[in-house]
Amino acid sequence: MAEYALRAHNVTQKFGAFVALEDVSFDLKVGEVHCLAGENGCGKSTLIKVINGVNKPEPGAKISFYDSDPSSRVTPTDAKSHGVHVIWQDLALFPDLTVAENITFDSFVASPFAFRDTTRKIARASKIITRLGVKLDPNAKLGDLSIAKRQLVAICRVLDADARIIFMDEPTASLTRKETQSLLAIVRKLSADGISIVFVSHRLAEVLDVCERVTVLRDGAFVGSYPTEGMTQKKLSTLMTGMDLNETARGVQDFGDTAIELRGLSRHGEYDDISFSVHRGEILGLTGLMGSGRTEIALSLFGMTQPDEGTILIDGVPVTFRNSRDAISAGIAYVSEDRLNLGLVQSQSIVKNTASTVLDDLAKPSYFLSPARLTALCNNWIAQLKTKVSDPHLPVSSLSGGNQQRIVLAKWLATNPKVLILDAPTVGVDVGAKAGIFEIVRGLAAKGMAIILISDEASEIHTHADRVLILRGGKTHQDLTPSSVEEEKLEEMINA
Amino acid sequence: MRRAFSSAEGILGLLIVVLAVFLTISTDSFASVQNLFDLLNNQSVNIIFAVGLVVVLVAGGIDISFSVAASVVQYIVVTLLVSMGGGNWAIGLFLAAATGISLGLINALFIHRFRIVSIIVTIGTFNLFFGLLMYLSRGRSIYTIPDWLYSRVAIFSIELERGSATLYLPVLVMLFMVFATWFLLAKTGFGRQIYGFGSNPDAARRSGINVALIQGFAYGWLGLCAGIAGLMQAHIVREVVPNALYGRELDILAAVVLGGAVLGGGRGTVLGSVLGVMLLALIQNGLNLLGISPFAFKMIVGAIILGAITATNLDRILPQSRKSAKEGQNNA
Repeated sequence: MAEYALRAHNVTQKFGAFVALEDVSFDLKVGEVHCLAGENGCGKSTLIKVINGVNKPEPGAKISFYDSDPSSRVTPTDAKSHGVHVIWQDLALFPDLTVAENITFDSFVASPFAFRDTTRKIARASKIITRLGVKLDPNAKLGDLSIAKRQLVAICRVLDADARIIFMDEPTASLTRKETQSLLAIVRKLSADGISIVFVSHRLAEVLDVCERVTVLRDGAFVGSYPTEGMTQKKLSTLMTGMDLNETARGVQDFGDTAIELRGLSRHGEYDDISFSVHRGEILGLTGLMGSGRTEIALSLFGMTQPDEGTILIDGVPVTFRNSRDAISAGIAYVSEDRLNLGLVQSQSIVKNTASTVLDDLAKPSYFLSPARLTALCNNWIAQLKTKVSDPHLPVSSLSGGNQQRIVLAKWLATNPKVLILDAPTVGVDVGAKAGIFEIVRGLAAKGMAIILISDEASEIHTHADRVLILRGGKTHQDLTPSSVEEEKLEEMINA
Repeated sequence: MRRAFSSAEGILGLLIVVLAVFLTISTDSFASVQNLFDLLNNQSVNIIFAVGLVVVLVAGGIDISFSVAASVVQYIVVTLLVSMGGGNWAIGLFLAAATGISLGLINALFIHRFRIVSIIVTIGTFNLFFGLLMYLSRGRSIYTIPDWLYSRVAIFSIELERGSATLYLPVLVMLFMVFATWFLLAKTGFGRQIYGFGSNPDAARRSGINVALIQGFAYGWLGLCAGIAGLMQAHIVREVVPNALYGRELDILAAVVLGGAVLGGGRGTVLGSVLGVMLLALIQNGLNLLGISPFAFKMIVGAIILGAITATNLDRILPQSRKSAKEGQNNA
């Protein structure tokens, strides 16, 4: 029995003059859970594509699976015969087909003239589902399932194809805490069955939790492979970014006047009797499990839903929002969690996206939108937020995730808000970009903006929030100063 | 049981039964063999169109050129046959199928090879096909069609008190096309590929599906259906009128969408499409029998389509049912 499922050495990949990978090495032991870490654009995806046979590396690479002889490239057929499978972040499943059909979909492609044979497909899918020890109804339509369950279906699908080496790309990015825990349990189970797993995740805590070793790439270069034992999140992020990201609590004590206050706010079935206030210059953390009411409160503050009871006061004056326009004109900005879909129009230019919240103001005093004013506004924010943009007239989709996040921020900051609500601002953003975003957020607070930070990452809340409200079942469970407790304790309180 | 009635097919079936019972009671002639046979004879062409169109919708596309394509097929086939000296059913069917498939593949070529959205492509071919046909025919109808096409082929006949009621060849052909399409879509691995492609084209591509084949098949199959439906329509009306089928595409599209297909792809069934056509036909038939002005027909059909689609979307809009759906999910 071979010790290594995969050994890849001297892997270099160039696209024209751009070097995506330079002399990278990657070893994967049989049954190991191995993390591939690095910031966006560091070459993780390119390496995965070399190993699953999509990309052809430069000559000189030595790649071998199990006991096979090293070869200079992997063909798609090689990858298939060694059971290499990739579960990309979008899962690539079919929402209109059933769970069983999704799991066995490759058989439809392999033999189009065979009968559909639902009974056998269900039996086959059920076997895999049982093997994985999860609860899934093979007859359910995939589109009716939660993301977490779809993730399980994707895993079942590669198992059905007899996967022995599985790459998982950001599998936990859209899962709740509890769902993540059960996914990690399944990953451990698979590894105990001798399946080797490569885990790609921005969430360093779970990387250290589930993986045995971690290989770090930076700008296409190989930084090293390390055992996770003895590794800390801080050390890992330093390796990934090459910078010493020393984040400490703000320790600000003096805040300005109350910017926003909630008195006994309730909305049936969503949240109940919520009272808090945020001062100018203060960062309030709002946290709790999915469904605890944190996003629902934010939506009401932004006028998207109306509370049944209670009052919202801005600068001490009671207000009612019939819709988001009212909230925006009262000085509230809301950066939604799903920024790629809700926050930006991907195919439109960076300029147009940045200006989209203030078009009416820009058109004053006439009805004419001056392109020069639009560009000036955009360039101003690009500079202030240190966004990397080559040409502001390119579509927003040309930017990396971290820079897109900055454009969303810019779009809302352009409205000159009093209160900025950030809903999970760092989901899917890599470590370096996270630090950059919080630097901006702290800068805004220092200038006197009231900030509500919604997050389920205890470390973020612990470092950046001046006060934290932990919600449970729509009610306020705890109201405390984060620095008064340990980060681990805070995490327990959030997830209890 | 509950599942059967919450599907589009279940609701349509129920509506058809209710409507049929109502018409049986309120009119003398609805439940007569003659009326039902007429309905079947007249709707066969529409059903053949509908089962062709549902394949395209399931694959995530749309086609509005098929009914004028059918007119083109009629014209080409009949002109060719007359110039050949008559021909017969075998040659006629073959020519109709071949011409229809070719026209469908033109759509597929633009959609797949040149990556143009299907609605735009078929608006283009709709105008192109129809314009060419009117230009070349100068709008003239063909009244002298070959004898075999002219004399109706009876496949089943029963004697009634007054005269007899007969089912003609188009009904048989329709049953065959319905069965063939149903078998392909619902019973084969290839059918699952079509649903998969319509449901998530990217994922389908990555699964190694031959996208060109799926697109070619979908539009080609609709072309085939259109060709055969065109020939059957000529057989029933015993003449070729170049603009006879113009505008039919939207009625068929409405019927298929009523039957549960969506414009986004991945959904739709042969049974639903057949029931959709039948429901609209029953309504028209009922309005005729009840003596309501035929001018009201379009208006009522429009209201029914809007009502039906709104009803199926309600559960996504109402917060109450959204919540219960979520709970159901958690329990699952």
